[in-house]
Amino acid sequence: MYNFNHHRPGSVDEAAAALSGADDGKLLAGGMTLIATLKQRLASPSDLVDLGAIADLKGIREDGGAIVIGAMTTHATVAGDASVKAKIPALAALADGIGDAQVRNCGTIGGSIANNDPAADYPAALVGLGATVHTNKREIAADDFFTGMFETALADDEIITAVAFPVPEKAGYQKFANPASRYAIVGVMASSGPAGVRVAVTGAGPCVFRLADAEAALGGGFSADAVTNVGVAADGLNSDLHASAEYRAHLVGVMLRRAVAAAG
Amino acid sequence: MSDTGIGASVRRKEDFRFLTGQGRYTDDINRPGQLYAFFVRSPHAHAQIKGVNKAAAEAAEGVRAVFTGADMEADNVGSLPCGWVVTDRHGEAHKAPPHFPLARDKARYVGDHVAVVVAESYAAAKAAAELVEVDYGELPAAAETGKARDADAPQVHDDAPGNLCYDWVLGDEAEADAAFANAHHVTKIDLVNNRLIPNAMEPRAAIGDYDAGTDSYTLYSTSQNPHLLKLILCAFVLGLNENKLRVIAPDVGGGFGSKIFCYAEETVCTWASRKVKAPVKWTAERSESFTSDAHGRDHITHAELAMDENGKFLGMKVDTTANMGAYLSSFATSVPTYLYATLLAGQYTTPVIFANVKAVFTNTAPVDAYRGAGRPEATFVVERLVEVAAREMGIDPAEIRRRNFIQPDQFPYQTPVALQYDTGNYGASMDMALEMIDYAGFAGRRSNSEANGKLRGIGFSAYIEACGIAPSAVVGSLGAGVGLWESAQVRFNATGSVSVFTGSHSHGQGHETTFSQLVADTLGIPIENVEIVHGDTGSIPMAMGTYGSRSLAVGGSAIARACDKIIEKSRKIAAHLMEASVEDVEFDNGTFRVAGTDKEKSIAEVAFTAYVPHNYPEGVEPGLDETAFYDPLNFTYPAGVHICEVEIDPTTGVTEIVDWVAVDDFGKVINPMVVEGQVHGGIAQGVGQALLENCVYDGSGQLLTGSYMDYCMPRADDLPSFRVGLTETACTHNPLGVKGCGEAGAIAAPAATINAITNALGILSMDMPASTEKVWRLANTQQMAAE
Repeated sequence: MYNFNHHRPGSVDEAAAALSGADDGKLLAGGMTLIATLKQRLASPSDLVDLGAIADLKGIREDGGAIVIGAMTTHATVAGDASVKAKIPALAALADGIGDAQVRNCGTIGGSIANNDPAADYPAALVGLGATVHTNKREIAADDFFTGMFETALADDEIITAVAFPVPEKAGYQKFANPASRYAIVGVMASSGPAGVRVAVTGAGPCVFRLADAEAALGGGFSADAVTNVGVAADGLNSDLHASAEYRAHLVGVMLRRAVAAAG
Repeated sequence: MSDTGIGASVRRKEDFRFLTGQGRYTDDINRPGQLYAFFVRSPHAHAQIKGVNKAAAEAAEGVRAVFTGADMEADNVGSLPCGWVVTDRHGEAHKAPPHFPLARDKARYVGDHVAVVVAESYAAAKAAAELVEVDYGELPAAAETGKARDADAPQVHDDAPGNLCYDWVLGDEAEADAAFANAHHVTKIDLVNNRLIPNAMEPRAAIGDYDAGTDSYTLYSTSQNPHLLKLILCAFVLGLNENKLRVIAPDVGGGFGSKIFCYAEETVCTWASRKVKAPVKWTAERSESFTSDAHGRDHITHAELAMDENGKFLGMKVDTTANMGAYLSSFATSVPTYLYATLLAGQYTTPVIFANVKAVFTNTAPVDAYRGAGRPEATFVVERLVEVAAREMGIDPAEIRRRNFIQPDQFPYQTPVALQYDTGNYGASMDMALEMIDYAGFAGRRSNSEANGKLRGIGFSAYIEACGIAPSAVVGSLGAGVGLWESAQVRFNATGSVSVFTGSHSHGQGHETTFSQLVADTLGIPIENVEIVHGDTGSIPMAMGTYGSRSLAVGGSAIARACDKIIEKSRKIAAHLMEASVEDVEFDNGTFRVAGTDKEKSIAEVAFTAYVPHNYPEGVEPGLDETAFYDPLNFTYPAGVHICEVEIDPTTGVTEIVDWVAVDDFGKVINPMVVEGQVHGGIAQGVGQALLENCVYDGSGQLLTGSYMDYCMPRADDLPSFRVGLTETACTHNPLGVKGCGEAGAIAAPAATINAITNALGILSMDMPASTEKVWRLANTQQMAAE
């Protein structure tokens, strides 16, 4: 990797100051994508602002009807958290299926959604559960947060502080994993609750998207039978070595029905 | 049987250091004043090197030197040789275009070595490598095996017209045609043996260390055969006297064949250490392993099997195109010829076989031996062919194999493809495998799967391999540039312990345990008193190294012979001490006794006497230190039957391997636990090839599967718990009766897996890897056809 200046601020304000003071600063969360990118010399930021020492960004709390997860909370923490497991077991299971044990012990929810990899799991969780992203400047609805492949609504100097998930009545997540990377070839989160009926798909397209047909069908009764014939067109879906667009389109339907069934 | 002797599942002695992080690998070694090398590699599959501007890199901080092919040429550094000359069907030697450690005129694959930066830190070397300006003239690439011989294919080497390395045949084509003319039925298949990247856990590494005081070099390298590496480097590449190079291959973390070969990087480190007057270290990044380790397999084959009305095999014809990559790696030419076509008889009495193999150059990384090396490819052809034949003939797949097995009373059995099998009992392995898998219960299991919406299939693979890669005279007559014996030195130390210096290199096989058991059992001493030393040309007699499942069959036999010499010399000393004649002295379990008396001496006492020879027989030299070189009389022929059972989810195309039975005949077994571990690892690699692994270059020669994000290695959750059984026919021609077990799983597994999947789907053909999408499409097609 190339040389960079390393900052390790103790607060979000200090982090924001370090970021705005840098020529070409980057926030470092769990580093599961950024460190690999740096090692391959595909990025050369002037400054890395390491969020690892900011205690306020870590942890999980219940707030009214929502589970609020600090941006620097690791996937393993989410997967193992008693309140997440009790209130949104589909979210705990999703976190438990990200990458491998090492990734789950380092990677964070904030880092994952800020990167918005088209095959990451968390975007499906946020959109599929109707979460709200809290930053140091504002609150952003998940529907507005993910704007394109590796693109989000975040401003350059904006730092995610937490993600608030309304507790659903029912929710299920099913992933068809890439056998090599174990990222989602297709991942579907389906839920019903205070945020309405939601179905979000990751992995299949360039960015997480909602499945309106499925949501409408499930609105009349949240069961796998309701979506037997719901599918998605292959047009515009991802196609690579591991899965064609046509196969992904098919898997969206299969994972949708399994996610709904898993939601109980 | 003692609890540490031959036949005991002794826990691996080496595991303590490996599991506690105390192994000592090449990258763990650091030499005083050491510098670091980083290679500038071609980003193009095929490009002229019009010029290299080193100035900016040379001026960069910490950089000591930048070298190109021109610098090595100026020092008369030679080409990396291919050590096996294949003679083509016209009697001419294969085309062997030069393979310089640093490219001179052209880069011929993505990852080809164009320059090297030597600097005071790894980071400085890597940073400066970006400053080396190479003026490439991009050329179209010949990237695909099947298109390499097309008339309009780009030429990889000027001196290999049509990209043809050789057009080689084995067997009599006219006899084969005659057999086919009389056939009741001919089964024809087309298949691809997918290209694999070895992915040893430890990437390759090297430290070249020149000592000006003695004008000699030491090379630390991740090698499976340090002596051969030394021989090649000295005699063919660097032009050194052999006494001027010592090669040390310390702990090595897996090789699977990929660490047999003499590579550019270790050559450059050795050469450069003299140029810069300091040790030069290189350790591959994982992405370098993907682009520049020798790859494996990569065949395209058409095969035909002629049968009579009872499914008896009358003849076989096989036509294969094998990809050599851009250059010939050390033994590349032998893999799709003498390690492949010679195995096409399999376990069967097929009387006539004709094989034609065309080896081609492409703008891809060199291809060479990878676990099984030719034999997995042969087994895949034979066992797919037999399976399809069974279905076309309406004969049970176990039954058609049984009808064609070479019978126990037919050994030694001369095949039509040059090999003479010494022994075997293929029906016994089949019987045991059928019983273990409960073949009779398969129909019921299939019904249960169907009731759950799943498709169940069963697949057989009755494989054979030729192991122990030897004997020297035979391989020499076939074009090998080396002998394939092995050496061992057994040194009884004065106070009762034994040091064994073996030419067999261990890089995961457990030699330190198996060889210790062999020596402890033979000499009758505690296993704790045995030390196994390997991997250093400075301390071990000339040796040939580890590949082709030869370590026990050839290296172990050398150890056994050296132990015999120890016992025979000790007997003379013991006879003297006990005032008896040599003929009257018996040896059993570490003790010499005079027959019919109570006189006895332990072998440790005798060893002490040999070094403190105050009371000593006349004419016997002091010391107890014996060397043996063992050259076997024949290959060994491990064989067995693997049966795989799969369950397929037609909705997603996911194949789950639900059961696996492996019944193998490895001859005598020294350590059943170590053998079982080898079988497990081999099957995992074979299943990896069948379901998951695939090296893909695009049409322009860019490697698309250059990381673990896209190249899928098998993981524990992809595999079932294997069930392993052993049958035994002892090898007839080596002193231990052993055959070798390291490659069997990888040889057997692909055909068993694909046969099971095609059985489940009710189809005849399925290319590897059987990805979920392929399986889903075929399951869907079948379903639609049925509806």
